[in-house]
Amino acid sequence: MTPGVTRVKVSELIEKAGFGAVTLPDAEREIKGAYAGDLLSWVMGRAKADDAWITIMSNINVVAVASLADVACVVLAEDVELDAEIKKTALEKGINIISSGKPIYETALEIGRYL
Amino acid sequence: MSDALNFHFDVDGENFTSAGHASVKVKKILRELGLDPETIRKVSIAMYEGEINMVIHAGGGEADVSVDDKGVTIVLKDSGPGIADIEKAMEEGFSTAQENIRSLGFGAGMGLPNMKRYSDEMNIESEVGKGTTITMKVYF
Ligand SMILES: Nc1ncnc2c1ncn2[C@@H]1O[C@H](COP(=O)(O)OP(=O)(O)O)[C@@H](O)[C@H]1O
Ligand SMILES: [Mg+2]
Repeated sequence: MTPGVTRVKVSELIEKAGFGAVTLPDAEREIKGAYAGDLLSWVMGRAKADDAWITIMSNINVVAVASLADVACVVLAEDVELDAEIKKTALEKGINIISSGKPIYETALEIGRYL
Repeated sequence: MSDALNFHFDVDGENFTSAGHASVKVKKILRELGLDPETIRKVSIAMYEGEINMVIHAGGGEADVSVDDKGVTIVLKDSGPGIADIEKAMEEGFSTAQENIRSLGFGAGMGLPNMKRYSDEMNIESEVGKGTTITMKVYF
């Protein structure tokens, strides 16, 4: 495998890293990078398409930002929970959301192992 | 595409949970039109930031989007308080947003800079006490 061109699917990341599945309407989507942050405009300005976006934000706007910024998945750190209504919207919009029990830094390190 | 396709949206200034609906709809339309993902992403983010600003800062407004053979034009018009110092408002980090807005993840003062970053052309017309009209173009 050539370093730097590794791709991991959202479903594979869950399995390898021991993350939880919250919503997985597009589990085969490939992750090409990662971005961590909670301020939505920073995410839209800095995250790239197909990134895994690590955050502790859990309001409905996270779904809109994930969709518009075209990230591969949202990774909720610290086992942050989502309302049922937000999960429903995420499924409708085709947004993958997964959860990690670890803080943002450790979650990012874990994801970094597979990219 | 010889004739432009036009779409109009009313942006509700009361409802925070539905903020962004117009942008989400436009993204869907552009996908159905088969535009390339990078163009869609630029239009989506630029419009969303502008739409959120109309909700947070101006009590809502109207959005008009047109698509022709050259690109996508977004016009966001509100009758809010206007922007007194546009140059200042364009600075990264400048924000007049209140704490309740910040707790939602908005109000980082990066909205207008993002609109500039993701559009190929951007024009702001604003008069204090009258309102603001922002026009953005993203070319194919
Ligand atoms: N449509 C608008 N009407 C009135 N003021 C606005 C409008 N859009 C932006 N502003 C002003 O410009 C500032 C900077 O906007 P922006 O960069 O999007 O940051 P933020 O929305 O996070 O405050 C806002 O805090 C606000 O004072
Ligand atoms: Mg803003």
